[in-house]
Amino acid sequence: MGAPGPRGVLRGEKNLEKITTDHPHGVGASAARPDGILKVRGEFAYSSDLWAEDMLWGTALRAPHARARIRSVDVSAALALPGVHAVLTHEDVPGRRTYGLEIEDQPVLAVDQVRYHGEPVAVVAADHPETARRAAAAIAVDYEVLEPICTEEQALDPARYGYVHAPAEYRGKAAGNVLHRQRVVSGGGVTDAVRARADVVVRGEYRVGMQDQAFLGPESGLAVPAEDGGVDLYVATQWLHVDRRQMAPVLGLPEEKVRISLAGVGGAFGGREDLSMQIHACLLAQRTGRPVKVVYGREESFFGHVHRHPATLRYEHGATRDGRLVYVDARIVLDGGAYASSSPAVVGNAASLGVGPYEVPHVSMEALALYTNNPPCGAMRGFGAVQACFAYESQLDRLAAALDMDPVELRQRNAVREGSLMPTGQRIDSPAPVAELLRRVKALPLPPAAGPDVRELPGALSNSTHGEGVVRGVGYAVGIKNVGFSEGFDDYSTARVRLEVIGGEPAAMVHTAAAEVGQGGVTVHGQIARTELGVERVTIHPADTGVGSAGSTSASRQTYMTGGAVRLACEAVREALFARGRARYGWTHDDLSLAGGKVVSAADGVLAGVAELLGGEYVEETRVYRHRPTQPLHPETGQGFGHVQYSFCAHRAVVDVDVELGLVRVVELAAAQDVGRAVNPSAVVGQIHGGSVQGLGLAVMEEIQVSEGKVRNPSFTDYLIPTILDTPPQPVDVLELADPHAPYGLRGAGEAPTLSSTPAVVSAIRAATGLTLDRVPVRPEHLTVQRPPTG
Amino acid sequence: MRIGFTANGRPVVADDVWEGESLLYVLRERLGLPGSKNACEQGECGSCTVYLDGSPVCSCLVAAGQVAGREVRTVEGLAGEDGLDPVQQAFLDAGAVQCGFCTPGLLVQTHALLERDPHPSDAGIREALSGNLCRCTGYEKIMDAVRLAAARRSTRTEVDG
Ligand code: FES
Ligand code: FES
Repeated sequence: MGAPGPRGVLRGEKNLEKITTDHPHGVGASAARPDGILKVRGEFAYSSDLWAEDMLWGTALRAPHARARIRSVDVSAALALPGVHAVLTHEDVPGRRTYGLEIEDQPVLAVDQVRYHGEPVAVVAADHPETARRAAAAIAVDYEVLEPICTEEQALDPARYGYVHAPAEYRGKAAGNVLHRQRVVSGGGVTDAVRARADVVVRGEYRVGMQDQAFLGPESGLAVPAEDGGVDLYVATQWLHVDRRQMAPVLGLPEEKVRISLAGVGGAFGGREDLSMQIHACLLAQRTGRPVKVVYGREESFFGHVHRHPATLRYEHGATRDGRLVYVDARIVLDGGAYASSSPAVVGNAASLGVGPYEVPHVSMEALALYTNNPPCGAMRGFGAVQACFAYESQLDRLAAALDMDPVELRQRNAVREGSLMPTGQRIDSPAPVAELLRRVKALPLPPAAGPDVRELPGALSNSTHGEGVVRGVGYAVGIKNVGFSEGFDDYSTARVRLEVIGGEPAAMVHTAAAEVGQGGVTVHGQIARTELGVERVTIHPADTGVGSAGSTSASRQTYMTGGAVRLACEAVREALFARGRARYGWTHDDLSLAGGKVVSAADGVLAGVAELLGGEYVEETRVYRHRPTQPLHPETGQGFGHVQYSFCAHRAVVDVDVELGLVRVVELAAAQDVGRAVNPSAVVGQIHGGSVQGLGLAVMEEIQVSEGKVRNPSFTDYLIPTILDTPPQPVDVLELADPHAPYGLRGAGEAPTLSSTPAVVSAIRAATGLTLDRVPVRPEHLTVQRPPTG
Repeated sequence: MRIGFTANGRPVVADDVWEGESLLYVLRERLGLPGSKNACEQGECGSCTVYLDGSPVCSCLVAAGQVAGREVRTVEGLAGEDGLDPVQQAFLDAGAVQCGFCTPGLLVQTHALLERDPHPSDAGIREALSGNLCRCTGYEKIMDAVRLAAARRSTRTEVDG
């Protein structure tokens, strides 16, 4: 029996680019992961597995309050403990005391106040992790506890409730406690005259809870002090160079003395875009002169990274009787928490993608992020588009009900396609098969009714029902996500490729700084090198700052961007090799390619072996790839060519709900997605599965409970992510309609599936129960307790 | 304290062990066996699953002192001289490994499942693996991997037998 192949992978009718070679492990093949064998043997070195002679353990003391002034910090008792080598506070920071991805507003260690529950106040290095924890507990901090700013109402009334960041220190892009605001107005906005044109109007107010990335590999790394006064850091991150850019000024070092290598990463999903333990470990290593290892436990991990923004979304949709959208008027309020992180870009996504993949003649949209004393929020898979998708898809269902129309048909009638205008004025200039994805996902056969095995019913192993009170429902949703960094950001990636001869065989080495976080970037970068250079042996050099930036492993961008850079570097290597042949043998062909380790002319066949041409030397080229430029969105109208590429996925969810106990079991979660070109079909399907299940988690279980600014459930006991029992079979239909602007026609695939699975699941629960359900996650009490009507 | 036990068939000794250390910590930090993973250290994720005297346990919940004189088998001890265990190979072939942080625990748990029940139903697989979290794969290819491993094991047994 062979390996199960990806299901339903279809060749696109519009593949614009022909791949130059049909390499069996090249582009388009489900090539094996180069790190796979190490991973199944337990020999792959994750960031928490590192060890150095003489190393110390670092840990942080974190604030127990959401908002407090620090009157004093006394570290003497901690320092006096045997085995403790250093205790540092903000006074020990040699350089700048704040950092940040976009806005430098976050203290490395709290200075005179704390702004969120879990903010680091001091760090300790000791010879055993337990000694370090005890020392941290022995630090005496005198707090003057203040009333936290937790709600939209409080944040928007600073005269009464105060400021998260005092006006004199404010570094956001708007004012007061508003960290960033983006409006999008199209078709002249939503005026009374426009409203008058709608036959049917639906309104809703939706809420999305705070979701956690919950990657399994905890934040961790090893900092090693170097003889040149610099530091070498081995860490799990998403973007080595942006870590370094933020770290160097804090450590008081020039960037070249902060050398970062990627250690094994146990998942990321946005949660490693911001710094966590990087600076703390380096400060301790600098102070003690010894290697320092930091590994967060799960509880600290919940405090140690940003989360998905909780949101309140008010929507009004107007449509004609025949189901054409006339307008959308919406306001999206995102809780940014205490520090900026990537909130401005999240706001930009929410605003520009906030009406979904639909043609809407008149739009008035406002999205904003607030500073509060809640945990800081930032990047998580789907990045601003997830929250909006739950709201607009819930609205489409509501509109379909009001029109008495099939919800899929309503969506198809208004779906964008190639050539459509987005509310930003950007014309979609590559395939946008939204209606087709819905058609495909709807055409998949429905799963059978639950069988006699009680494990297939809601409540599963708890044996809580034998089928009584169980109702089935089916729901649909579709979403739109941008790919790559948007709004005029200079987004690029760098790759260095070397072609040499090893053991008589040509071999390529690919060196980039791209963070492999589990998604399989290293696999596809190797595949590209095989296809472009016609070699079998490809080595992936460990990612480090010894080569130029690859940009972030986020925004579904690494196959596109670093893949693009690897291809460019390979082309340059190929050209350099051909130039040798021309110089040495006087070739005049213009039909050369590389295949099977040979230089081949289309007309004359094999001209030379690569090994022969190289002799004992090698060819190495470094290239930078940029996607086509985007533009900033106009601050008041949101107009602009803001996004480089769009990505679409549709879901159909089938659920069984025990309406007496309020338990939900997702029976099946089917997806259809256009990926432009599946560079690695198996990996693409894996992305769709994984993203879909994170959306399922948001629909029915995942929420960080925050009350009065305090996190109440920082553990896997109390913050639930889907287990294999909560997860259903997931048929996937992959469409490949090439994007002519992208390498190999590919379309970033990692995030789109996270968007529509949440509203599809909730839609199915609505279909089963008849309830309104305007908040995720849906909890049992929402299904069993009669609530007052909303909206 | 000093603790001696058998790890993957070899006698091992750890010195200066603090009483609060778990088996997971001793394996990872004192014995150079970091294959078992530390995703929660409170018994919720299964990433630290090892065999203890032939039964799968969460090694983060076992005090190191409890292991004295006993037999531990970790992910590092699954592969034989002649290569990967069929469960390891099936996880690779099915594409069930992304970041791989859940993989060591899942491999041990799957190995134990197939020893117990060579032909598990889908519901049986889900029940057996319900204590092992994976955040990357959505479990679909893990299901494929377990089915594949079961199928290959049974062909192998038929051929051998
Ligand atoms: S680390 Fe042991 S169960 Fe999670
Ligand atoms: S592969 Fe990453 S947690 Fe399972």
